[in-house]
Amino acid sequence: MKLPVKTTINGQAHSHEVEPRLLLVHYIRETVGLTGTHVGCDTSQCGACTILMNGQAVKSCTLFAVQADGATMTTIEGLAKNGELHPIQQGFWEKHGLQCGFCTPGMILAAHQMLERYPNPSEEQIRHQLEGNLCRCTGYHNIVKAIQWAAENMAGKK
Amino acid sequence: MAATVERVLGKSIKRREDPRFITGKGTYVDDVKLPGTTYAVFVRSPHAHAKIKKIDTAAALKHPGVVAVFTGADMTGVNSLPCGWLLPELKVPPHMPLASDAARYVGDPVAVVIAETQDAAQDAADTVSVTWDVQPAVSATDQATVGSSPQIHAVAPSNVAFKWQIGDAAAVNAAFQGATVVKKRIVNQRLVANPMEPRACLARFDEATGDLTLWVTSQNPHVHRLLMAAFVLGIPEHKVRVIAPDVGGGFGSKIFLYNEETICSWATRKVKRPVKWTSTRREAFQTDAHGRDHVTEAEMGFSREGKIIGLRVKTIANLGAYLSTFAPAVPTYLYATLLNGVYEMPAIHADVTGVFTNTVPVDAYRGAGRPEAAYLLERMVEAGASALKMDVAELRRKNLIPKFANGYQTKVALNYDSGNYEATLDKLLAFMDYRKARADQAAARQQGRLVGIGLSTYIEACSIAPSKVVGSLGAQAGLYESGKVRVHPTGGVTVYTGSHSHGQGHETTFSQLVADELGIPMEQVEIVHGDTGAIPFGMGTYGSRSGSVGGTALLMSLRKIKEKGKKIAAHLLEASPDDMEYANGQFQVKGAPGKAVPFGQVALTAYVPHNYPEGLEPGLEETSFYDPSNFCFPFGAHACVVEVDRDTGHVKVLRYIAVDDVGNVMNPMIVDGMVHGGIAQGVGQALWEGAVYDGGQLVTGSMMDYALPKADMLPSYETDRTVTPTPVNPLGVKGAGETGTIAATPTVVNAVIDALAPLGIDHIETMPLSPERVWNAMQRAKR
Repeated sequence: MKLPVKTTINGQAHSHEVEPRLLLVHYIRETVGLTGTHVGCDTSQCGACTILMNGQAVKSCTLFAVQADGATMTTIEGLAKNGELHPIQQGFWEKHGLQCGFCTPGMILAAHQMLERYPNPSEEQIRHQLEGNLCRCTGYHNIVKAIQWAAENMAGKK
Repeated sequence: MAATVERVLGKSIKRREDPRFITGKGTYVDDVKLPGTTYAVFVRSPHAHAKIKKIDTAAALKHPGVVAVFTGADMTGVNSLPCGWLLPELKVPPHMPLASDAARYVGDPVAVVIAETQDAAQDAADTVSVTWDVQPAVSATDQATVGSSPQIHAVAPSNVAFKWQIGDAAAVNAAFQGATVVKKRIVNQRLVANPMEPRACLARFDEATGDLTLWVTSQNPHVHRLLMAAFVLGIPEHKVRVIAPDVGGGFGSKIFLYNEETICSWATRKVKRPVKWTSTRREAFQTDAHGRDHVTEAEMGFSREGKIIGLRVKTIANLGAYLSTFAPAVPTYLYATLLNGVYEMPAIHADVTGVFTNTVPVDAYRGAGRPEAAYLLERMVEAGASALKMDVAELRRKNLIPKFANGYQTKVALNYDSGNYEATLDKLLAFMDYRKARADQAAARQQGRLVGIGLSTYIEACSIAPSKVVGSLGAQAGLYESGKVRVHPTGGVTVYTGSHSHGQGHETTFSQLVADELGIPMEQVEIVHGDTGAIPFGMGTYGSRSGSVGGTALLMSLRKIKEKGKKIAAHLLEASPDDMEYANGQFQVKGAPGKAVPFGQVALTAYVPHNYPEGLEPGLEETSFYDPSNFCFPFGAHACVVEVDRDTGHVKVLRYIAVDDVGNVMNPMIVDGMVHGGIAQGVGQALWEGAVYDGGQLVTGSMMDYALPKADMLPSYETDRTVTPTPVNPLGVKGAGETGTIAATPTVVNAVIDALAPLGIDHIETMPLSPERVWNAMQRAKR
């Protein structure tokens, strides 16, 4: 039995009938076709699937698509506005906060919520707040620098 | 006269590949969607060792949405997955893509279900019923050869795959007479590479043309194509195209030819529809080749003055249940030949036994053999310093090979390219303020705190590799690299490289190289990699080889382009080609920059050859294959400061300092990034990571159980460099991808042991130095 799901992702409305067991991440990747959100594990450890759902950073592998019925979501594809990178995206580019790029969408969206909560985070706060996101390439050094860069530049814009 | 073009090689240019990754527009294998795709789910052995009595697929075949179910019996005419490195008398057991006689590790695939959807395939796979005859299993490295252990392969009595040795046993025996000899048992535990992107493949057979296209998470698409098409499936190579698009990390684990892509490539020809498989993380733990897994007895002899006089090593290397693609090379030529380290070592002997066990096959993981060598050496050097009551930095310095610029012959086959080992050690000690660090440590100890300082040096053999040399040692492949440069009529340049980027940033560094050599803007350069349909035959990326081997191949082509361009320009200027030079993006008469033809005009002329040198072929495109004359040998010295919690055994890394010498650097930002990531993986091995088997079951089979380093477990790293260019290649670059991983593990372990020294602890046999292991060591020391 399929169930109806209505969502708004990156400002666009979607309406589908889905199997109740369909994970939100697979809904985003396969049903909607936004492949920037990644699947890196099956135990909610890696955070590669992190998106913003109703403003909260959530691991989209840990929700069913039907739980997102009525939700407004932002995926990595929706973060840049009018062709202008979000400061967090820019920070990852400026500070070499990525290598293979696979964890990056999740890292950026986790950082998005982090900087809403802590606009001026310490290094310790950044590292602690990234507890739910794994990166195997960077050793986290430049991810921390990227988020610091974003924090400084977002503060400058306010 | 053209303006002087700014040099870009050696600069920290921001990466050109990043915009697609930070906006979610990368294309990884699982992102590739084809109409009509079917989905493969594998039925895997839940047992470490079991004979297969019967596989009943009837229920699965009836399941809605199922397209096909295959077992090993269906795969007639398909050969064993090959081993690409053959040692003398190596036992090579068959490794069929789907096991049909017996399963030999948990995860060994025995059937594949192909269905319209992933869910249907998974549901149907759950209904495949296998009748198992469970056999005794052995997983522990040091238990594989004991008499009571079950034999895993008919061809390998006592589970011995090979016995191999190097060095001079008699010289070591002689050297040890009257020396201070320290002896340690050292376990280098099994690791799981865990690139963030799980392996995946998508195979499509085109009935109309008979062509097979395979998208696969590969570090070396041509190696995949050659091994799979020619050796396993018996399909002509020219009918197979392998594409490795954006790949989310590899660390060695995506070098090898695996069962899954082979089966999907076979199955797409049967079902005549695309077949896709994407590994779950749990499958990745159970099937991606693991790394390390050595048990070693080591002895190092010292003179009274603290000079190393000999090293004796006896290692058992666990190869897992089958020989993975390059498995035999890792614990032999990539390990024991590095046991000379950066030290003057009069006598070395190493004896290695490779063994089969009922575990995931083991192969190269970042560093591959070289971390095992460095770990062993650096633990033994510390043990010597402890026995002789010498400072660990001083003992190391006393033994370093003096500076050399062109060749140092070791006792274990290798000829180092260039080295200045004392310079890195000196720079490290100054950078970290070693004396102050020791004073701070003494003060902390006064307060009862367990603070430790760890040092290590390392050397790596990379820029893999001279084909003749590796061929004589058992490699079944050449290890050159290719680079093709195509100049377009309008002056743009497309580069086709045999190297493959899965995080290394080749699109940036290779563009820098082209822009620098041709004096044109980087925006005019495009880098193509990872597609056998586009690039010349190439060997791919591993062993820190892309800059040195792939980069040199590219440089050779660029120089050929310039040579041809000179002829065209000379013709246009009515000058002699010998009088031409290339500078600032133009061909000019030597010493007369006013008499010049810009690069773009030469390009156009090459394709519109109306006014053109007699006898010269039109076009401006060159291909080169570079086979290095030797390995390159990066080196360095690392240090860290840790504190151990007396109550819990928890280790906190307070500082991590690295001084590396990777030769010339093409992009410092990218090199630093690789050093950082390597350090994190090395620290991970020292403190947290470890694949654990219990009764043949992989108990660390998910990210919940296998502790990957997280951001808050690591400090920011303090890094610096010395630069000793290699004479081996014209770029002077050595290789930077693995240095951190090699150095960090001994550095951290040495620091922890140093922290625990006041408790009388001088060694912990097995990593990771988890809180439990450290706490237990402390409890034992109290007694």
